[in-house]
Amino acid sequence: MALAKRIIPCLDVDNGRVVKGVQFVDIRDAGDPVEVARRYDAEGADEITFLDITASSDDRETIVHVVEHVANEVFIPLTVGGGIRTVDDVRRMLHAGADKVAINTAAVFNPDFVREASDRVGSQCIVVAIDAKQVDADGKPTDEATGRWQLFTHGGRKPTGLDAIDWAKKMVDYGAGEILLTSMDRDGTKIGFDLALTRAISDAVSVPVIASGGVGNLQHLADGVLKGGADAVLAASIFHFAEYSIHEAKEYMAAQGIEMRL
Amino acid sequence: MYAGIVGNDSSATAPGEAMSQIVVVDYGMGNLRSVDKAIEHVLADNQHVKISSDAAEIASADRVVFPGQGAARDCMKNLNERGLDQVVLQAAREKPFLGICMGMQVLLRHSQENDGVDCLNLYAGEVRAFADESLREQMEHLKIPHMGWNEVAQKQSHPLWHDIKDGSRFYFVHSYYVDVEDAGLVAGTTEYGIEFVSVIARDNVFAAQFHPEKSAHDGLQLLKNFCRWNGEA
Repeated sequence: MALAKRIIPCLDVDNGRVVKGVQFVDIRDAGDPVEVARRYDAEGADEITFLDITASSDDRETIVHVVEHVANEVFIPLTVGGGIRTVDDVRRMLHAGADKVAINTAAVFNPDFVREASDRVGSQCIVVAIDAKQVDADGKPTDEATGRWQLFTHGGRKPTGLDAIDWAKKMVDYGAGEILLTSMDRDGTKIGFDLALTRAISDAVSVPVIASGGVGNLQHLADGVLKGGADAVLAASIFHFAEYSIHEAKEYMAAQGIEMRL
Repeated sequence: MYAGIVGNDSSATAPGEAMSQIVVVDYGMGNLRSVDKAIEHVLADNQHVKISSDAAEIASADRVVFPGQGAARDCMKNLNERGLDQVVLQAAREKPFLGICMGMQVLLRHSQENDGVDCLNLYAGEVRAFADESLREQMEHLKIPHMGWNEVAQKQSHPLWHDIKDGSRFYFVHSYYVDVEDAGLVAGTTEYGIEFVSVIARDNVFAAQFHPEKSAHDGLQLLKNFCRWNGEA
């Protein structure tokens, strides 16, 4: 009898279409965010995250319509990230039907934006996304387990010099209601979350932490909770390519004693 | 999807009866679109749902939904400034009334949020913080806000629980909880460090801390039950 850990499928949306090839045999249009969201809801997804990767700012408005269409038909929490830079952006997303917005780069360049946004719409709507890489004592990326991580921007290419744990604490002080933590070392590798990073951040902050980056199998999801201490796990490709269904993942995690909504 | 939940079965009223109006109270506290759309999904044929901040429309509605998110002080301030406090209280006394999240909390006498806020005082009780010093031991290792899907133990049989299994999970996101003085109000409880009251119900009022509009199948079922409820417990 407790709060369930969450599984959150993440969809990349480019100019209104789901990209990175969602592959479901029984879906008519795998590029249609509404169809894909419905499918994930039916499989038992606890939330859905949309990441807007639309390059041109002229086309940014399309994500608002995506959120509207999905929110009209899918009744689970929706988070939207990508290109959120102003309180007005935040409001537009919430008004369209998003429950939370994820703020990433804009928080790095202007931390007060997080404070302003959470003051206006409430902390519960503000997720701060943290992209972290393991670094050595000089702040250079390293594969060695140093127990030290730095915040990076631009898909992990640009170092900020900011310690990831300190940054997470600061963002919570500024009003983040949740942390979406991505290991840029693991993103796309399918070798599992950076569990040491996940544990370090999860222990450091009072708000829920979503682990992201590196999921390749169901044990990785379970480890994110059991070893990393994550409150939720986010994954993209293992669900998109129908390697595993979300229901299957939940059964697997529940069998390891993790509280799940089945 | 949501098979068996969609409305359009005219069971709420006999054919030929006038349209029945459900009003979602808009007092500037957060996004009401999801509540509106979820209700639209489960309406009966002769029902209509509308978001409104108009006192006369709220007063003449057949059913009232009182949602809300954000901080207690803003909530009460907005209600008072818009002159909606009395019309909401009146609705809670006379017609099927569904409070959601902050819309449940402000039905109590007082909230500890924002250094203390006087609320609508429909029910005796206090809105308390999970982060309160007195709960430090129980809340150790638990994240605040309480965010995600948790179980609701049904403590009263109630028409709004129709077709929803005892212990079903609903979506929560909150840092404060209601502590009602009258145990007879309790219609559901949830565990998060402590066992807190997640649903209250009396006469024509049903109010939940969770978000039915974000709780998938069971949440829609609850909204559907509300649309068909005559307000008798």
